[in-house]
Amino acid sequence: MADPMRIRAQAAGDKATVRVLMSHEMESGQRKDSAGKVVPAWYIQDVSASLNGKVVLTAEWGPAVSKNPFMQFVVKGAKAGDKIAVTWKDNKGDSRTDEATVS
Amino acid sequence: MQTRRETLKQSAVVAGLLASAGLIPQQAAAYEKVAFDAKSVADVTKALGAGAPVESKDVTIGGPDIAENGAVVPLTASTTLAGVKRMLILVEKNPAAMVAMFNVSDAVEANFATRAKMGQSSDVYAVAIMADGKAFFAKKEVKVTLGGCGG
Repeated sequence: MADPMRIRAQAAGDKATVRVLMSHEMESGQRKDSAGKVVPAWYIQDVSASLNGKVVLTAEWGPAVSKNPFMQFVVKGAKAGDKIAVTWKDNKGDSRTDEATVS
Repeated sequence: MQTRRETLKQSAVVAGLLASAGLIPQQAAAYEKVAFDAKSVADVTKALGAGAPVESKDVTIGGPDIAENGAVVPLTASTTLAGVKRMLILVEKNPAAMVAMFNVSDAVEANFATRAKMGQSSDVYAVAIMADGKAFFAKKEVKVTLGGCGG
């Protein structure tokens, strides 16, 4: 199981800026190890975010997203106290969900 | 004669193969594999069922002029156009152009930021795909002094 995500959601007016830092290797499948073998790709494919249980954003990522990925987005209609949950799923079927409260 | 170390290594490889063989079919349904394998900007929009992208000043791409480390290049994509369905971030000279695709809903603004890997200096694109299938893009050149693949 991967390490927890760090999620920060800050409300400003009637919207909230959400910043997410995930912990993932994001191996591109392009690199070779010391023996010259290609290191198999291992990266997050699907990301989704929800506000109070309702999905507001889905994203698909390729292997070119950096290691320990960062993502920022703006949710409309979110106010302090609301719950933001973010889920990712990688190409090996691993997934993780973390939740944060809008401040 | 096979040492214990070699045996372990081989079984790990086999386990990895089984895992990937078993998992890929389950995920193929939702994941836009063709688009993520596409090499050029036009191929990506085509794979997603959109028309040829047209340059638009209503789409914005943000990023550094010079990236010191190609493994971590902060990029932003945003648009002021209404009726956006998807926002894409692409790096033209990467082995596969598409970095990320965000599906825009009514509840989020079409304004996203993430970090990408870049193998070499290249144009980066933000592409907005509208609900009616039109595609608009903005591009910007980012120079990479140290590539994401050691180059």
